[in-house]
Amino acid sequence: MLINGARMLLHATGAMFWPAQALLVVADLHLEKGSAYAARGRFLPPYDTAQTLRRLTRAIDELDPAMVVCLGDSFHDAEAGGRIGSSDIATIADLARGRRWFWVAGNHDPEPPPGLAGEAVDEVRLEQIVLRHQPTERPPAGEVVGHLHPKAAVRLHGRRLTRRCFVGDGLRAVLPAFGAYAGGLDVLDPAFAPVFPAAFDAYLLGRDGVHRYPSRRLVPVTADDSVLHKLGNAGETG
Amino acid sequence: MDAGPHRGDLPEVVGAWFAGRGWRPRPHQLAMLAKARAGNSVLLTAPTGGGKTLAGFLPALRELIEAGTKRPGGLHTLYLSPLKALAVDVRRNLEQPIAEMALPIRAESRTGDTPQSRRQRQRRHPPDLLLTTPEQLALLLSYVDAPRYFRDLRFVVVDELHALAGSKRGDLLALGLARLSALAPTACRIGLSATVADRAELADFLAGGGSVDVVDGGPGPRPEIEVLTASARVPWAGHMTLHALADVYRAIRANGTSLVFVNTRAQAEVVFQHLWRLNDDNLAIALHHGSLSVEQRRKVEAAMVRGDLRAVVCTSTLDLGIDWGAVDLVIQVGAPKGLSRLVQRIGRANHRLDEPSRALLVPSNRFEVLECRAAADAVVEGELDGDGPRRGGLDVLAQHILGMAVSQAFDADELFAEVGRARPYRELDRQTFDAVLDFVATGGYALRRYERYRRLRRDDAGRFRVAGPWVARQYRLNVGTIVQEPMIRVRLLRGRVLGQIEEWFIDQLVVGDTFAFAGEILRFEGMRETVATVSRAAGVEAKVPSYYGGKFPLSTYLAERVRAVLVDEEAQARLPGQVRDWLAMQRRRSVLPRPGELLVEGFPRGGKHYLVCYPFEGRLAHQTLGMLLTRRMERAGLRPFGFVASEYALAVWSLREATELPALFDEDMLGDDLEAWLDESNLMKRTFRNVAIIAGLIDRRHPGQEKTGRQVTFSSDLIYDVLRRHEPEHILLRATRADAATGLLDIARLGQMLRRVRGRITHRRLDRVSPLAVPLMLEIGREAVHGDSMEELLSESAEALIEEATRLL
Repeated sequence: MLINGARMLLHATGAMFWPAQALLVVADLHLEKGSAYAARGRFLPPYDTAQTLRRLTRAIDELDPAMVVCLGDSFHDAEAGGRIGSSDIATIADLARGRRWFWVAGNHDPEPPPGLAGEAVDEVRLEQIVLRHQPTERPPAGEVVGHLHPKAAVRLHGRRLTRRCFVGDGLRAVLPAFGAYAGGLDVLDPAFAPVFPAAFDAYLLGRDGVHRYPSRRLVPVTADDSVLHKLGNAGETG
Repeated sequence: MDAGPHRGDLPEVVGAWFAGRGWRPRPHQLAMLAKARAGNSVLLTAPTGGGKTLAGFLPALRELIEAGTKRPGGLHTLYLSPLKALAVDVRRNLEQPIAEMALPIRAESRTGDTPQSRRQRQRRHPPDLLLTTPEQLALLLSYVDAPRYFRDLRFVVVDELHALAGSKRGDLLALGLARLSALAPTACRIGLSATVADRAELADFLAGGGSVDVVDGGPGPRPEIEVLTASARVPWAGHMTLHALADVYRAIRANGTSLVFVNTRAQAEVVFQHLWRLNDDNLAIALHHGSLSVEQRRKVEAAMVRGDLRAVVCTSTLDLGIDWGAVDLVIQVGAPKGLSRLVQRIGRANHRLDEPSRALLVPSNRFEVLECRAAADAVVEGELDGDGPRRGGLDVLAQHILGMAVSQAFDADELFAEVGRARPYRELDRQTFDAVLDFVATGGYALRRYERYRRLRRDDAGRFRVAGPWVARQYRLNVGTIVQEPMIRVRLLRGRVLGQIEEWFIDQLVVGDTFAFAGEILRFEGMRETVATVSRAAGVEAKVPSYYGGKFPLSTYLAERVRAVLVDEEAQARLPGQVRDWLAMQRRRSVLPRPGELLVEGFPRGGKHYLVCYPFEGRLAHQTLGMLLTRRMERAGLRPFGFVASEYALAVWSLREATELPALFDEDMLGDDLEAWLDESNLMKRTFRNVAIIAGLIDRRHPGQEKTGRQVTFSSDLIYDVLRRHEPEHILLRATRADAATGLLDIARLGQMLRRVRGRITHRRLDRVSPLAVPLMLEIGREAVHGDSMEELLSESAEALIEEATRLL
């Protein structure tokens, strides 16, 4: 995928890699989302953080980045640091060793939990690219964000297939949510219109790679066998 | 004490009321009074129209009359019905005699629609008789004051018990009854049921560890059942029955009021459309199914009660329900699938006990002719099918345990003993109970990270109590075992909402597709937010939705009867000529399947090898079998391409011919292959979603709580994936697998079949397709092709296939 002239590699895990800078970007890890629900009496399986970190490890092992940017909402809420397990903290420390690691502030996690490897920043600017959590009101060229949790549906052989996806129009991009329990929002939803006023491409995550579909090929995502959750105070996407 | 029935058991005022209407109490009504006098719980089985409901209430009415004003007050009798509408209707029917006898008895109904203010009043000042549903009972039992509320309870009347036992709602009911017995140990249980195959089993369910007497209201007169011999050619395949609708129309015209039952919503729409096309006499024919808006359904029901309608085309939504009196004929369009359901439907005709119900069975295709014949004979012989006792769902148990904690702190040993008195949980072991309890308390994960978020805490006495009032709120929002499929509302462009359709159906549509819904042909205009917008498409032929299968699988017993017809020359003599010819041709070209054997035919066609087997075990079991066979053939290097399943048979096609049949059909396919397939199966994900909602892992989606732009959905699939990977033995996955075994995958039945046919496979290698295989071969490719072109494709290939199958050389 090209973003404002920079060539990016899209990984099947949902991570974006910028080979020229040896930079890996992941968005919306939502670590400890399971335990956030547990605190409200919904005992989702407590394995989401471990699973998310395992996928992140896979991406880092394969791409060996010099720098990792977590694009906000890395932690599901401000109390996540009090709930995360010590082995998960150790995994993060292992991953961050020998590379620069940035926690971009998100709406769920304006501050990363204290005592964690890496630096907290509001945004990262590098050459023609700016990495931040949410799209700005009039997004400049080169803006790369998360926050929106894009997913898209296509029709194949009469069946609808729905996947998380990257979205890009050559100038800007939105990354898929990386977290195991992170939900998704249809890229055809009006929330995406300010970022992509005209045609765009969706890159659907497959098992071993991503699959590009122009926006005109997409069909609406329906409720998709999902269960709607009343949103907590933080809201899910802002 | 002599418990034999005599008129003396009837209170004078009731006897006078009976006499005033020119009625005489029926023997089973008197028998109920006698049994109840002796303090016994009773199960009454009787056909519809036998005054069953009144019989159920007579013991309670007598006691209330005899106690008069001496009674201290409090709830005296609880009536539970599977349907809200029935609870309301029975209350109305009770109020009339109560008023006419001037009895000081207050009867009230309570459903999800009852206003909050009245529900609160009902809790403060209980009526004498409360008429409600199992879900409302669960709610009432979860209140702190439940022990006081039910202290004076004398009778629990469960109506349509046969419709509740054997399902998750039955599990919930059984658990509720077990709790009621703990709160009101002297209360009698009275079960009312249609005639069932295994009355002892149903009595056992009602007894819940106690004892129950059975009163037999008699079988009623034998119904008069006719299988339609269509004037047109009977199709080889298909489920829409269009060829016979002219005959159906004539039957409607010749009778006063008819109920036309079909098996699926899509069938209802198509049959309704075509009947109106034939309706030169402008007969009042209406449509009723679960996807129509509530207002529309109520309108149809009201018109039916007024006697304004000549026919209603309906689905299982009208299997149970209020008594309409004057239905003259029940028409079953399409295969009946099971005898109990058919008998229930036939019973909707003529609610007068002494006259026979009349029914007309209308098969859609040739196999269904066999099925209808077998079913009609079995019903006349008084046969019924039963599923055997059900093991209670662990998800329902989790919900109940939470409800019990919401009401009162409980001791785990005591609750375990109480739960074990509910029939579906009699075999529950303590370890499993503890695992479910642990799930309720903290999620029950091996990784014990949620101890501090407990929903249940232990008090100093070791009793479990809820951690806070929020738990009660959570429980009450999620009570019940009915989980709706995700539904999409259908709205006319700039117009009203017509109803709702399953999301998977909408998923298949592209803009411009036409389909029949709510009695009209509609054009799909696209999705607006979460609403499907449509416009009227007058004068267009609907593209028939690929919605062929029925919801109900062929029952095991009826399947046996169908197999028996295939070797019963006397029964075959009564089949229509075209069907007889078809079977004769099969005998000539191959062989007819014999009971106790599995017939497998193999033949080449279009460069592929086809393998067709005839287990007669229902579509779900056949689909599972197809999935497992193709996996095994894949490994054997036979290069399978696909399979298609029907209620009766399964066809698999491959590049190379399968020859080692005993090994192919070995029961061990239910081992690793099944596990591997299950893990990826969407059916498992759907099953898990229901289990997770009932067990209280994720919240139920309430009507009106729609997805709006910026909200996102939380997918149960994500939870399933994570749980399966990290804790495959978790109690919810156990519950999911148990459901799948009897539900969407029907593994249990498949296993029985494979054991039964071991060493008894009849393999016929043919040079071309056999006559019996043609209906199934015609199903191939149906799902993917749409519309008019499909009809052409179909008719072309059908003719070629039939020619090939019936050619003598």
